[in-house]
Amino acid sequence: MSGFPFLTAILLAPIVAALFMVFIPREEGKLIKCLAAVGTFISMALSLYVYFAYDQRLGGLQFVEQIPWIKDLGVTWFMAVDGISLPMLLLTNLIGFSAVFASWNVTNRPREFFILLNLLIAGVMGTFMAHDLFIFLLFYEVVVIPIYIMVVIWGSSKRVTKEYAGMKLTIYLLIGSAFLLVGVIALFVKSTAILGHPDMSFTKLAEAGMKLSSFDQIWIFALMLFGFGSLISMWPFHSWSPDGYAGAPTAVSMIHAGVLKKIGGYGLIKIALFFLPLGAKFWAPYMAVLGVAGVTYAAFGALAQKDLKYVVGYSSVSHMGYVMLAIGCLNVIGINGAVANMFAHGVMAALFFSTIGFIYEKTHTRWIPDMGGLARQTPRLAVAFMLAAMASLGLPGLISFIPEFTIFVASFQVYGGLAVIGIAGIIITALYVLRAGANTLFGPPRPEYDHLEDIRGPEMVPLVVLGTVLVVGGLMPSLLFDMVNSGATKLMTHIEGALKIGGAL
Amino acid sequence: MPMQMPDFSLIVPEITMAVLGLMVLVLGLIVPRESRHGLGWFTAISILGVIGLVLAGWCKQGNLYGGLYIVDQYAQFFKITFLTAAFMVVLGSMKFVDKHMGGQSEYYSLVLFATLGMMVMASAGDFMTLYLGLELMTIAFIILVCFRRTESKSLESGMKYVLLAGMSSAVLLYGLSLIYGLTGTVVIAQVGKALALKQSLPLLVLGLVMLVAGLGFKISAVPFHMWSPDIYEGAPTPVTAFLAVGSKAASFAVLVRLFMSGFPGIQLNWEMVLALLAAVTIIVGNLVAIPQTNIKRLLAYSSIAQAGYILVGLVAASEAGIKGIMFYGFLYVFATVGAFTVAAYFYNATGSDEIKDYKGLAQRSPLMAAVMLVAMLSMAGIPPLAGFVGKFYLFATIVDNYLWLVFVGLVMSMVSVYYYLRVALVMYRDEPVDKTPITVSGPVTITLVLAMVATLILGIYPGPLAEVVNTAAHSFFIAH
Repeated sequence: MSGFPFLTAILLAPIVAALFMVFIPREEGKLIKCLAAVGTFISMALSLYVYFAYDQRLGGLQFVEQIPWIKDLGVTWFMAVDGISLPMLLLTNLIGFSAVFASWNVTNRPREFFILLNLLIAGVMGTFMAHDLFIFLLFYEVVVIPIYIMVVIWGSSKRVTKEYAGMKLTIYLLIGSAFLLVGVIALFVKSTAILGHPDMSFTKLAEAGMKLSSFDQIWIFALMLFGFGSLISMWPFHSWSPDGYAGAPTAVSMIHAGVLKKIGGYGLIKIALFFLPLGAKFWAPYMAVLGVAGVTYAAFGALAQKDLKYVVGYSSVSHMGYVMLAIGCLNVIGINGAVANMFAHGVMAALFFSTIGFIYEKTHTRWIPDMGGLARQTPRLAVAFMLAAMASLGLPGLISFIPEFTIFVASFQVYGGLAVIGIAGIIITALYVLRAGANTLFGPPRPEYDHLEDIRGPEMVPLVVLGTVLVVGGLMPSLLFDMVNSGATKLMTHIEGALKIGGAL
Repeated sequence: MPMQMPDFSLIVPEITMAVLGLMVLVLGLIVPRESRHGLGWFTAISILGVIGLVLAGWCKQGNLYGGLYIVDQYAQFFKITFLTAAFMVVLGSMKFVDKHMGGQSEYYSLVLFATLGMMVMASAGDFMTLYLGLELMTIAFIILVCFRRTESKSLESGMKYVLLAGMSSAVLLYGLSLIYGLTGTVVIAQVGKALALKQSLPLLVLGLVMLVAGLGFKISAVPFHMWSPDIYEGAPTPVTAFLAVGSKAASFAVLVRLFMSGFPGIQLNWEMVLALLAAVTIIVGNLVAIPQTNIKRLLAYSSIAQAGYILVGLVAASEAGIKGIMFYGFLYVFATVGAFTVAAYFYNATGSDEIKDYKGLAQRSPLMAAVMLVAMLSMAGIPPLAGFVGKFYLFATIVDNYLWLVFVGLVMSMVSVYYYLRVALVMYRDEPVDKTPITVSGPVTITLVLAMVATLILGIYPGPLAEVVNTAAHSFFIAH
């Protein structure tokens, strides 16, 4: 498919904006912010176009760009999107654009901040567009360093120091990715032997991967599960997540909880499951168990927190547990639910973190007992908070209800009793979310917060953009589900076909 | 056998280097003291010329003097690696030499001779030539290490280097003589043939162990690494950069030649030993780097770890392995020279090598901080920097037989991020104590920008270099 290289353009827009910023004097804070906004806006607009121009009936890979890259590793610059990656790409852009505005009040070294932010957004987008394992890895790890630098410079030290939070975040993800890398290298070497020539494109690797012996598939899958699992904060490799979010500046928390984490789930689905069906079959029950454990453990964890960021941090671990449970179902409905839930949670978590960021900016505290009655003083902020909170507990009419429901349907079919425990987690979710909302927003207003100004102007952008998606996605779920379904069906057809050949069905 | 004139055109680059070395020495006498600064430019540009000569002779292959001296693309590629390193070191050190060392003509001339020694090593086809090149390089380095005559640290490390290098040479030589005694030949290729017929004898094992020890010292593999942090710290920083890059790369060139064409028949014997050596080197190098507070010592330990990664390619003992070594060796030049040049220039400006004094470097000199960060992350193997591709090539060669080593290597390289990031933390987060910006002079800028851009480009688009390395690695097997 020739024509305008939409995907590369989406990827380059923030990078080009960042390059411009390098040459702008550091005092021109306003200009730098505008540039960052323009760069991310172009990406967002283009990805919206791509989302709606994608032909769902045709399905499969579209907007394909292929340029040979490294011959002796069989690497191609292979950019393409399908029904699973498109929602993730759109999500990245929605959050990226909002994150720029959520950081509108950054005054400490703004130039460096927005350069790193734009690079970070570009890196995350790259992982969702790459259809070549090597290129995927390039983007996958490239995001780690900007995040570290952003946490240690612009982060905040409350319960843990920002240095600790940043290092914990980084080391966890890097160790995970080291194991992942071993798996990838092994897969590469073995697939080269099977194919007769090196090829790192997803399609070819999947073709070769299903021919691997079941033992090979199982151990390589285990490595990938560990690598991607620690990124999606799968229990028990989740402990970086609450600490990391608490230490990170708002924009990083938004992007990290909103999309970066989702790379883990996305990788599990589009790489681990797709390449190694027999491995997936073997590990699926374990994934489901770990998922449920994560749901309940983190929900109880969130219940005990008094710091708003920790509440949302644990809650995001808990929500990712549902994703793991859904992936563990290994059927179309499960995959649908997993991808849709990642999208829904991404929007919701980003809105949550941006709201908390504003609250903290204005009140200088995130400690729930120190707050109360903010709904009087800052009504718009309260709307954003409640929207995110309601989405978090899965209120029908908002975006996350249908995905969660889908996951319950899928997992109940497959796992029965285990699913019930998972579903019970939603009650605890309601408990901690409502309690946090009530103690922060309602009750008698505190006089010390009377002088607070509500969010306005650019600060409203995250609320408007993400809030709209929350509502629209809830009212018209087919916008999201048809897309995801077109990708998930193809994927599962491949996996089931491979399992039949492998004799596991 | 009729006497045949050897084809001297094959060794034009070496002859040119020797002439240049002498010429710089003579020029030093003629040129007045104030304008000796220009000698640096002269040397750098001549090195570029020699790189051009090597490139011009890229397709010419052949043996000289009945296998004593082998010119194949494998050797040519290593020569380009050394020359690139020398070029960057010379440019990066001009300011440093003027300010702290003096004796410009001697310094540049010694750098040229050390490079010549490395080039001879890369082409060495027999034990004698090998030893000749090795000693030419080592002696030049000994003088360079103690070049700051007034600095006691520099003298001390020079002394240490004399003793230890002498010892390691002795061990190596003894090993070589044992193998000569067994096979009756000093030509490496013929050693391989002679040994193919023999069972592994205890004496051969002893000889091999001595070879590994002697060359292990040069590449500072654990447990022969003790000298390197001390000497790296004491030596003038530009010399350290060259020592870390050139001497190591040349020794790897020799190691590959020795093991792959000298002892292919008894591969199983040494493969496991080298695998263990690589693992220990990677682990110790990375772990001991963690508590370091001096940037040069930190880089010294990290370069020990780097040697461990490169050893992995030798463990693979295949064409792909050699390719991995060459690829990694080449990009290692940019990362290491870049990092040490920043350290040298920082010392030039502030007189300190302590990491804590790097506070706020990102604000004082964004270029230096960026180069340091890029260089370190490349060594850690973080994409999209060159180190990532390099490690991918290296570790892909041993997945089938040494999976445990892949785990060790990759996990430890993520551990290394920990100490690299601590430096990044100091440079980027902290506010500078002394806010005066550090301006980077012209030649140093060239080295720094070259290091950074090359590391980035080789990481994002390694295709062309990979193909060159492929041909070079392939030529290694054609020649024999």
